[in-house]
Amino acid sequence: MEQIAGRPNALTDKEFHYCPGCTHGIVHRLVAEVIDELGVQEEAIGVAPVGCAVLAYEYFDVDMHEAAHGRAPAVATGVKRVHPDKVVFTYQGDGDFASIGTAESVHAASRGEEITAIFINNAIYGMTGGQMAPTTLEGQKTTTSPYGRDVDHAGHPIKMSEMLATLEGAAYVARVSVDSPKNIKKAKKAIKKAFEVQLAGEGFALVEVLSTCPTNWGLSPLEAIDWLQENMLPYYPLGEIKSKEEDK
Amino acid sequence: MAKIKFNQDKCKGCELCTTVCPKDIVVIDDEINTKGFHPATVSDEDECIACGFCASICPDVVIEIFK
Repeated sequence: MEQIAGRPNALTDKEFHYCPGCTHGIVHRLVAEVIDELGVQEEAIGVAPVGCAVLAYEYFDVDMHEAAHGRAPAVATGVKRVHPDKVVFTYQGDGDFASIGTAESVHAASRGEEITAIFINNAIYGMTGGQMAPTTLEGQKTTTSPYGRDVDHAGHPIKMSEMLATLEGAAYVARVSVDSPKNIKKAKKAIKKAFEVQLAGEGFALVEVLSTCPTNWGLSPLEAIDWLQENMLPYYPLGEIKSKEEDK
Repeated sequence: MAKIKFNQDKCKGCELCTTVCPKDIVVIDDEINTKGFHPATVSDEDECIACGFCASICPDVVIEIFK
């Protein structure tokens, strides 16, 4: 019998610590499946963030490096420049990639560092208990915006993918979602492309993954999927925002 | 014929898999696993068409499918 679903080799046997229904686990599996399919497990070096995914180094069965909060693209830059033959990726949340690490994200993309960034956007700070993130939607209630995000006071949510796609060094930028089997399939395709762009030496590759945070959204896992579809998809449109193949 | 296996002790009972099955055979078990959750299971394995939807949306890599 042929196995069509199961645990990829690039994941360790350790069980994820994530809350029930948290989509981090789906994205971990997709990244690991792509590493398996590209046959780069021995060459892959991942950089873990600070945030809920801080323990990612326990889950990916590849060489991993921890970075200070937000600094994963800077650490990945160093790793890739010292080891240009390795496949280097970061795995970061929105508090890491779009807030404290914005400078590192923007400049790594601007320099066209040949790394792959996986950016989890769940519109909230997860690990610290549900505070407002740069990606929190207008009107969204969090512990630090109890009456809903007021854009006059806190500004509008940042669309990181659109912003970074304007930079010359960004070779591939896509936004995907993991709310349904169909979108999960597309997400995997985008993640694979983001690794292939790196292997081809084309420049910085980013995949923004719309995800849920049932615990801090105060919803059940199923309600959280509905909330993502109703609220996040209209503001954060899916698709390839930049791809060199399209330019040709 | 497909074979589907739920590693129930790893399941956190989030129920995401139960909503995507085209055959409606992925359900929540009455039993409780070692974590204290009601894990997912399959009610009629013979009906499984090995589409892989449940495994694709599972955040905890609980499900193995063979065809």
